[in-house]
Amino acid sequence: MDLLTLAAAAAKLVFDPYVLVVMVGAAAFGLFVGAIPGLTATMATALLVPITFFMPPVPAVAAIVTATAMAIFSGDIPGALLRIPGTPASAAYTDEAYQMTLKGQSEQALGAGLVFSAIGGLFGTAVLIAAAPALAEIALKFSSFEYFWLVILGLSAAVFIGSNSVLKAIIALLIGLLVGCVGLDNPGGYPRFTFGNTELMGGISMIPMMVGMFAISEILRFVVNTDPPARVLVQRLGNVFAGMWALTKKYPTQILRGSVLGTAVGIMPGAGADMASWMSYALSKKLSKEPEKFGTGHVEGIVESGAANNSALGGAWIPALVFGIPGDSITAIAIGVLYLKGLNPGPTLFLNSPENVYAIFLVFIVANIIMVPLGWLAIRLSTNILRVPGNILMPIILLFCAVGAFAINNTVFGVTITLAFGLLAYVMEENGFPVAPAILGVVLGTMLEENFVTSMIKANGNPLVFFERPISASLGVLTIIILFWPLATWLVRRLRARPVY
Amino acid sequence: MRIHDALSGLLLALLAVAILVTVSQYPPIPGQNVGPSAFPGLVAMLLLGCSLLLIWRGLRGERMPLVVMGAWTRSTPHLINFLLVIASLLFYIFCSTFLGFIITGVLILAVLFYALGVRQVLVLPIAIIATLVIHTVFYKFLRVPLPWGLLQGLHW
Repeated sequence: MDLLTLAAAAAKLVFDPYVLVVMVGAAAFGLFVGAIPGLTATMATALLVPITFFMPPVPAVAAIVTATAMAIFSGDIPGALLRIPGTPASAAYTDEAYQMTLKGQSEQALGAGLVFSAIGGLFGTAVLIAAAPALAEIALKFSSFEYFWLVILGLSAAVFIGSNSVLKAIIALLIGLLVGCVGLDNPGGYPRFTFGNTELMGGISMIPMMVGMFAISEILRFVVNTDPPARVLVQRLGNVFAGMWALTKKYPTQILRGSVLGTAVGIMPGAGADMASWMSYALSKKLSKEPEKFGTGHVEGIVESGAANNSALGGAWIPALVFGIPGDSITAIAIGVLYLKGLNPGPTLFLNSPENVYAIFLVFIVANIIMVPLGWLAIRLSTNILRVPGNILMPIILLFCAVGAFAINNTVFGVTITLAFGLLAYVMEENGFPVAPAILGVVLGTMLEENFVTSMIKANGNPLVFFERPISASLGVLTIIILFWPLATWLVRRLRARPVY
Repeated sequence: MRIHDALSGLLLALLAVAILVTVSQYPPIPGQNVGPSAFPGLVAMLLLGCSLLLIWRGLRGERMPLVVMGAWTRSTPHLINFLLVIASLLFYIFCSTFLGFIITGVLILAVLFYALGVRQVLVLPIAIIATLVIHTVFYKFLRVPLPWGLLQGLHW
């Protein structure tokens, strides 16, 4: 199929009234969840999954893409008005935005967040559209060896990027891999770690697990929070689009830099929108002509990292669609949905159902465009959204989680999984074990084991076979360098520190 | 709740050993050197190594009690909230089939609203409305067979 027919087929899939209604609904949901402090974009995705479970593939993916894009933007709203980031991706510039509010410039802070989020999002989408099909061509030539290294590379990046303690991140990852081992789905078809429970034969259901890890743990954190509730700085918001054109002309480099960095960080497995926004804010301050203004209510950093966190979303979908390797926890959930919908991510997806891939691209474009009017509406209603009391919202979310977990297999066993993993995630985060590597471990565990076992059988006891093919050799060497880098720097530091006699 | 690294390392090491013992009993695939035990075995070995490292690091690190409970555990209302969230899910797991979704949902919401300090006149109305909305979304639109339980005779 040529590009034009593909685009037409994709447009037919996306510009369907049902899909559009789903997208607007998901957008409203995403804006709402993102704007409530304590409810993250990842949680929005996890809560949507039980509903998308009952939809055809394109609207299901459309709902997730739209909701996450909106939630990442609307996290800026409580950041600017309450000094509490709505989602972790807004945390980098929350203080800045709040300082602007104190100066009476909240509409400019929010407007910059909205407009440059949409621009960054479109940039990430453009890279996704350009890069994914080309990468898929290369990925078609991959054998189990290349996939083995690629998964290892993805997992090690997830461990080394964005965790305070590499050791704890590795442990979280290993726990995730072990959770992925549960069930019959293994080389011997032998029931592993099922304790004779028939419900565990099929493995731990991904959706109840994610609802638990991302929603229940958040609810637990809410009910034990002893901090007094924050107060909204109620003020009338002016025109949020005023002065945006001037900002675009003033900071073109910053917008481009934020978008490029955001997309690149998004592509890297394990690092998502929050990492992109922190790095981008830091870079913006470092390269700014007026770094002394940062932190005093200066819009430059918001422009750059606002673009970065939304462009990361598009970037994260590149490895997800092409290799089935998620770039962050949101795409980890999305990959679970793709599998459920029979759209198994990987290069063959581009061969077998290119119209679906292009429909996903188109969804990204539409989502980033409707973000502008809907985001404007959300900002207008923001003072009302922020007044929604958490003590009413959280119990309703809890009941929703229980029903959502039940709905996947129509058994209460799903609720048991949700409860168990909610508690696990809560305890893990309290003790500095990051949750994201664990999720990536579960999602990638089966793929890693399959390619590991296939490769081992092909290798027939000779480990050098893992390095025989050119791509596999380079991926292998790269992985080993990344894995041993911390050890090497530690050794060098030890040797240097030794006194010279 | 913060657990001392040495203690969490010890627990993880025990888990790793338990897994290694379990997988050692898995049958091999005839004629292959890698079977169902190879991958979890390898992961458990790595986990054992990492947990030993965590124990070592915990013992060398700052002195702290084995378990430090968060500030909220000393505040009875917060402790009750925490336990209520868990109890609600357990209640759902064990009673929703018998009581039916609507009764279970209203009870869970009403208790949690009450505990979290929602104004008392609003507790029951919001609990009932929210449960019915969730019921309609999942039962009518998504066709999830939510149990009717005691209300079987009333089903619509």
